[in-house]
Amino acid sequence: MKTVKETLQRATILVIIMTVLCGLAYPLMITGISQVFYSNKANGSIIEVDGKKYGSELLGQQFTGDEYLWGRIMNINTQVFSDKNGDALMYASPSNINTTSEEFANLVDERVSKIKSANPDTDTEEVPVDLVTSSGSGLDPQISYAAANYQIERIAVARGISTTQVQNIIDKYTTNRFVGVFGENVVNVLKVNLALDGIID
Amino acid sequence: MGNSIQYILYVGITVILAIPLGMYIGKVMNGEKVFISKILVPCEKGIYRILKVNHEEEMTCKKYAASVVWVSIISFVILIVLLMLQGVMPLNPEGVKGLSWDLAFNTAISFITNTNWQSYMGESQLSYLTQMMGLTVQNFVSAAVGISVLFALIRGFVKTKQDGIGNLWVDFTRIILYVLLPLSIVLSVLLVSQGVVQNFSSYEKVSLVEPITQQDGSVITEQIVPEGPAASQIAIKQLGTNGGGFFGTNSAFPLENPTAFSNLLEMISILLIPMSLCFAFGRNIKDKKQGIAIFSAMMIVLVLALGVVAYNEQNATTGLSNNSSVDVSANHQAGGNMEGKEARFGISSSVTWSVFTTAASNGSVNSMLDSYTPLSGMTLLLLMQLGEVIFGGVGCGLYGMLGFAILTVFIAGLMVGRTPEYLGKKIEPFEMKMSVLACLATPIAILAGSGIAALIPSMPEIFRNSGAHKFSEFLYMFTSSGANNGSAFAGVNSDTIFLNIILALCMLVARFLPLFAMLAIAGSLAKKKKIATTAGTLTTSNGMFIFLLIFVILLIGALSFFPALALGPIAEYLSIRM
Repeated sequence: MKTVKETLQRATILVIIMTVLCGLAYPLMITGISQVFYSNKANGSIIEVDGKKYGSELLGQQFTGDEYLWGRIMNINTQVFSDKNGDALMYASPSNINTTSEEFANLVDERVSKIKSANPDTDTEEVPVDLVTSSGSGLDPQISYAAANYQIERIAVARGISTTQVQNIIDKYTTNRFVGVFGENVVNVLKVNLALDGIID
Repeated sequence: MGNSIQYILYVGITVILAIPLGMYIGKVMNGEKVFISKILVPCEKGIYRILKVNHEEEMTCKKYAASVVWVSIISFVILIVLLMLQGVMPLNPEGVKGLSWDLAFNTAISFITNTNWQSYMGESQLSYLTQMMGLTVQNFVSAAVGISVLFALIRGFVKTKQDGIGNLWVDFTRIILYVLLPLSIVLSVLLVSQGVVQNFSSYEKVSLVEPITQQDGSVITEQIVPEGPAASQIAIKQLGTNGGGFFGTNSAFPLENPTAFSNLLEMISILLIPMSLCFAFGRNIKDKKQGIAIFSAMMIVLVLALGVVAYNEQNATTGLSNNSSVDVSANHQAGGNMEGKEARFGISSSVTWSVFTTAASNGSVNSMLDSYTPLSGMTLLLLMQLGEVIFGGVGCGLYGMLGFAILTVFIAGLMVGRTPEYLGKKIEPFEMKMSVLACLATPIAILAGSGIAALIPSMPEIFRNSGAHKFSEFLYMFTSSGANNGSAFAGVNSDTIFLNIILALCMLVARFLPLFAMLAIAGSLAKKKKIATTAGTLTTSNGMFIFLLIFVILLIGALSFFPALALGPIAEYLSIRM
């Protein structure tokens, strides 16, 4: 019995020590370092201009207007979060759809015809795949370079500006593969749209 | 071509970093001097003083196992209390409520067993206090327990005619102080530099550039940006093969894994420690070739799996590739099956992640597995069903693999009519029985658990999809729990009392049965004398043995699961080909 009590005591003290060390000291230390050196990034990469918060550059918003660059297909979720008045706040979830199902094939057809009819002037025959699929997080902030280029003519016509102007903005907010190898070349949808609206450069 | 370079580099960089880390971990666990000993030895001694332990005192395998059990029980109690009472505790800016008893039970078991199956959504159901003082801590503790047990087993091979197999308090303390904490500190700061959040603020509200009009006419003008002490937890959930996301969609969520660089860091972290332990094993038994042999067997299976999944995802499913209006080529885009994948990761970074995590019993995801093509989904399932020994969880992956190695020398011994031996120790009926127990724990947990659940009439209602895919989702749920992986084919509402309980039981069986079995083997081996290598000894470090080992693993995995796989992913694959 004595050894059982001793082991139990040691186990309890060990778990308490680890809780203080790994559950308190460590996260507090990381928070301290982060807030000093990376304050914007550690707080959600919020884009704030003249006191107004336009979004997080890392979380996608939905765009459907002809004058805006469209992002990934979104399943808007308004059930999870609401503000103090009980009004729903926008969030989104992944589809988790079975990609071999008929349901999915039909959805893709629908999305293709919607996007084709919205972009009559584009010279690209096929729709880039990330414009007709939903993302892993549901809130993907980016699309591929091909998917952005597909929409240039539409945006230029809707805004009455030249395609070069749109192209320049898209190129400016394109992130290339990390060291030219890892990941993909992607365009930040929200930043392009804020730039098109003249809110950011 | 550009993509194959990505695959090669992801694997290559991890191996290159794992070799020196393995040497370092080997030294630490033997109590040898390392470059940060000067700073850490006083901390280590301080902890032993508080615990009143003599660090040179050895434990028998029974005492070692009992200590592991008590650490797990105390962890469980603290965690379940935190989960149920979080509503009335501090650091809860969003005012989340305590979890129901069954969800709390499931979550607590899930985190103490290094599974990290999640039937909850972090950002809407957990407080900051629970995340950091509950889950973050268990990410460290459950990982440290796994590595401790592995080194107890290694000592079993090394020691001769002794009762002791090391001291759990010492092993545990050293792993956390010298390995897990320093790596986590470096990784979490790097992650924050990429945009992973780390704060204690309440959630941000931002105005939508284009407001959304809903079907009922109401207009949504604001979006929520979740916050919290995320980076510190994400670092250890990657390094400790835990995988429980701070946010609901895990590492697909941009605030958990914002860039290609953060993804590279998190990806390397998945396999870094499990891989390095193979080299630490070789070093500490003083026969590096043995470690390399085990490593090679794991690596061969990993690369094969990577090839299958990469091929199928890049070619997309019929729903996308048969549609002549959709461009699935890799021209200025990732192409392929992008449903459920993030644009910044594309196919290569998503596929590598999924293969690494299912091999390593790390339950994190950076793309939604439910939307993978059937053969990819099946490969991921199989990687888990093999018992999580293709690198596997930290510590437990390798001790599981050593169970298979013992099984293999026994089978090979039968074939040539010799007494089987492994690493200079005679393998007798007791070791055999324990190895079989360890190797069959995963199949038993998965098949028995899913078999019982399949009898419940209301079971089909919880699934998002239909047809054979529904069975794949069902099988995945039990596989993930029964293999202590924790990832999900997420189109399932698994938060029901029945599922919370039965999945938790699967996790317990899969975690503790092999753990006890391998500790028993360690105790028994330590008592034996070393036998000299003769011409008749079966070499366990050559190509022949590697081949045999892979064969045995695949045989047990395939024989156990082929019928179940035939009803799910194989049926699904055939149905789209007909």
